[in-house]
Amino acid sequence: MSGIDLTGLEVRPSQVWGGVRLVPLVRSEPVAGLRLHREAYDDPNGRVEVGDGTVYTAYVPHGFVADWSGDGRESAAYGTRLGDAPGAAVPVRAPRQRMAKRRGGRRLRFLPLHLALEGYLALHFGGPPVLWEEWSRQALRRGLSPRAEAAYAGAEVPGLAEALRVFELHPGQCGVLVYVADALASAFVVPGPEDYRALHPTLVEDLFGELVHQYARYGGPVHEFAARIRDGAGGIRDLADLRAAAREQERRWALAHDGLMARELLEARYAFERVYRAGPFTLYRFLPPFARDGLGQHIGELITDRRGRTAYLKTFRLSDAQVRRGYLLRRLASLDWHLGRTAGEMGISPEELVRRITAAGFGPLLDANGLARAAREARAAASGKG
Amino acid sequence: MSELVAAEDVLLFVNAAVTATGQREFRSSAAEQRFSLAFLHAYVRINYRPLYASCLALDINDHNAALIAEHLLRTPGEAGPGEGRLIAARLARMAPQRVYRLFRALRAAGVNNRRTRAIVRDWVAARPDPALDAVKYRPGVKAALRHAHVPAADAETGDFLFAPGRRVRYGNPTLEAYRRAHYEEAALYGLPFTVAEGFAARHGVARPVFLERMAPRMTRLERLRTAREAGAAGGLPGMPLTRLALYVLALPLAERAARRAELTGALRTAARRAAGPYAGSWGWVAGVLDDSFSASGSAVKRRRPLAVALGCHFLLEALAAPGAYTGLWTSGGTDPLLVRPYGPTPLGLRVLDALDTGPERLVVVSDGWDNAPPGLAGEVLRVWRSRLDPERRTAAVHVNPVYDARGFDVRRLGPSVPTVGIRDAEDLPALVEVARFAEGRTGLAELRAYLDRRVADCLAAHERERKEGGR
Repeated sequence: MSGIDLTGLEVRPSQVWGGVRLVPLVRSEPVAGLRLHREAYDDPNGRVEVGDGTVYTAYVPHGFVADWSGDGRESAAYGTRLGDAPGAAVPVRAPRQRMAKRRGGRRLRFLPLHLALEGYLALHFGGPPVLWEEWSRQALRRGLSPRAEAAYAGAEVPGLAEALRVFELHPGQCGVLVYVADALASAFVVPGPEDYRALHPTLVEDLFGELVHQYARYGGPVHEFAARIRDGAGGIRDLADLRAAAREQERRWALAHDGLMARELLEARYAFERVYRAGPFTLYRFLPPFARDGLGQHIGELITDRRGRTAYLKTFRLSDAQVRRGYLLRRLASLDWHLGRTAGEMGISPEELVRRITAAGFGPLLDANGLARAAREARAAASGKG
Repeated sequence: MSELVAAEDVLLFVNAAVTATGQREFRSSAAEQRFSLAFLHAYVRINYRPLYASCLALDINDHNAALIAEHLLRTPGEAGPGEGRLIAARLARMAPQRVYRLFRALRAAGVNNRRTRAIVRDWVAARPDPALDAVKYRPGVKAALRHAHVPAADAETGDFLFAPGRRVRYGNPTLEAYRRAHYEEAALYGLPFTVAEGFAARHGVARPVFLERMAPRMTRLERLRTAREAGAAGGLPGMPLTRLALYVLALPLAERAARRAELTGALRTAARRAAGPYAGSWGWVAGVLDDSFSASGSAVKRRRPLAVALGCHFLLEALAAPGAYTGLWTSGGTDPLLVRPYGPTPLGLRVLDALDTGPERLVVVSDGWDNAPPGLAGEVLRVWRSRLDPERRTAAVHVNPVYDARGFDVRRLGPSVPTVGIRDAEDLPALVEVARFAEGRTGLAELRAYLDRRVADCLAAHERERKEGGR
C-alpha cells in the first residue's frame, strides 16, 4: 500500500472559528470490530530510567487503547487508568514494544503521534555507515543522536482550543480535518462516532508543528463559505425550486473541499512501516516522500482494516525545515552518505551541499579537517586534469 | 438619516439589554461580554439619554436595569425630567438582592448625590418586612443605610444591624429567631431558607429533615431547586415557563420520559398562562427551534438557549389556533420533552421545512450561528421574501437568546428577517411587537411613541402598587 484510503468517510460542511477551520468527517456506519479508548496518565511528561543512567523523557498526555475483541466488556470509560503501570513507564529497550504494547487479550495500547514522530526522528538515525573523511568520528559512532525537533501542544496554538470547544459535532462524526489558516494541520479519524465523541477533546493535547503555530499566530481569520442562492429572474418560482437550490449549496461546499483541500494528504505516496498486526487490523506509521514540491507533508499513524480502508488516522504536518531535513537525510542515505556523489546526483556543488547540511542543523556531524582535505584534493584533481 | 441611525442604535441596545447578563456564553467569555456591554451602555447613555432611561420600562433583564440605574445615577449633571421616578419604579420590580448589589456598587463608585439618597430611602421604606431584610441581606442593608444616611426602620432592627451586642433579646420574631438559632436548633425554622441553611450545617441537621421542615418558609424557586433533593416532586404548578423548561432540561432523559404526562402538563399550563389574552390568536404558526450543541450555553447559563427554545415551543403551541402549530427542531427530533443540545445547526433546510407548511407566522428561535452550511438560512429567507412572498403574507421573526459580544448585538440571520433578543420565552408576544421596529420600516418617532407609552404604563403601575401598599 502507498496511499491513505478514506473510503466510507464523507465530508460535511466545515465550521470556522477565527483562523481555524474544522471539517467533520462522517461515516454512515462505524467500522465493525474495532473500538478506540483513551488512557489518561497523571503526568503528561513521562520520565523513564532506562537502567544505564539514561533517562527517557516524553510528552505523553494520553494513550489510545485499540480493542478489537468485538465485545464491550473490557471497554474503558473515559479518563480511567488501565493496567498496572502508566504507559510512559513501559521499558524503553525495544522501541516497537514501547510504542505499541499489547494489553492482555485483544487489546493494544499505543501512544498517539508519539509513534509517528518517533518514526520521523529515527529516520536514518544510524548516521553514515562508512567513515568518509568528511564525516566526524562522532557521526559514525553515535549517529544523529541527539536528534531534536520542536512541536507545540494544541493548547498553545492560538485559537485552536476555542475552535475545538465551540465545534458542533455532526451525528455520525468519526473524524475531523484541522486547518489552520487554510493549511491542513492534522487529520484525525477514529472507528466510530462514540469513540470520536470521547476523543474529540484530546485534540487539544496533541502535538502540532511549528508551522501550524506560526500560521495560527500570524494568520488572520479564514474565509468562511457563504451560501449564495442565485435568484435571477424566473430562477426560483416555488418552494421546491428553493429547496433544490439550498441542497445544491450544501453539496457544492462538500465537493469544493473534497477536490481542493485534503488533496495533499490523499494524493501523496507514503512509506508505510507496519508496527503491529491486530486480528484483521494493522497499525502502520508512515513517512511522506519528502518531495520538495511546496505541498504540505504529513507524517502519521494509521490503522487499516483487511481491505485497506482507514479505521484510525492521525497525522502531523511537518514544517518546511523538517521536510528539508527529511529530504536531505533520504538523499544522503540513498548514496551511502558520500558527499561528492550525493551532490552530483542533486546537481549541486559539494560546497553547496555542505552549506545545506549545516543549515539543516547537522553541522556537528561534519569534520572540518576532513572537509578541508577533501576540498584540497578536489582542487588538486581539477588542476591536475587542467 | 440620523433618525434611522438613532432608531437602529436604540433597538440594538434593547436587544443587548434583554439578552446580555455579563456572564459567559457559549462563544464568548464573561470578560468579553462585560466589556462589550459596558461600551454599549456608555455609548447609548451619552448619545440618547432620554431613550436610554426609558429602556427601564421595557422587559430588559435585571442585570441591565441595574446597570442603567447605576449609569444614570452616576451622571446627575445630564439628568432629564422623570428619570428618578422611572428608576424607582424599576427598582420596585427588581429582586431585592439585585437592588442591594446596585446600592453597594453605587457606594463603591462614590455616588452619593441627593437623588441617589432619595431613591435608596424610598426603596428601603417600601420594603414590606425590614427585619427579614436585615437577616437575609444583612451586609447589603447595612451598606445601603450607611451610604444613604437612612435610619433603620425601627430601633430593634437598627441595633441588630449596627450594635448586635446591645440587646439580650428581640421582640421581633425573625430577629429573635436569628439570635436563638445560634444555640437552639428549633429556632432556625423561623429564618429564611438561605440563612437557615448555614445554621442547619452548624447544628448538623440531616438535609432531608431540614428540607422537609423548611418547606413552608422557602420561596417558590428554592422549593423547585430542592425538590429533587427532598425526593418530593411538586412545586411545578405556578412556575414561569422558562424556569420550568430549565427544570425539565436538567432532568435525566429517563426521568423526563417517566414523568412525561406531568411535565408536559405543567409546561402546557405555564404556556397558556404566559399566552394570556393572545392564546389561540396567531393562526397557523411554524416554529424553527435550535437544539444544536451551541444551545447548551455555558457553565453559568446552562442550557439557557435550549430552555428558551423549549419554552417557545409550548408557548407557540398555545398562541397558535388549536392544532395549527408545527415545531421543527434543527436536529430533526420530534419529541420536545427529550430534546438535548447536540449536533450542528442546519437552520436553512429547517426553515424550508417550516415554510412548506404554509404558516401565517414563522418564528425562528436560534443563536444565529447557522453553520451547516453557513449562511443558508439567511439566503433562504432572503430569496423567499423577495421572490416567493413579496407581499408578506407570512410574518417572519427571529428571536435570539444569546448576546454576541463581538457584534454588539444579537446575531442576525439576514437583513430580510427582523431579529430581536429574548430572555424569557414568556416575553415572546411582546417581542413580536418590538420586531416591527427591527424591520427598519418604522422610524424613530414611532419608536419614541412606543417607549413613551411603555414608560407611562410602567409609572402608572408603580403608582397604583404604591397606593395599594400604602393602604
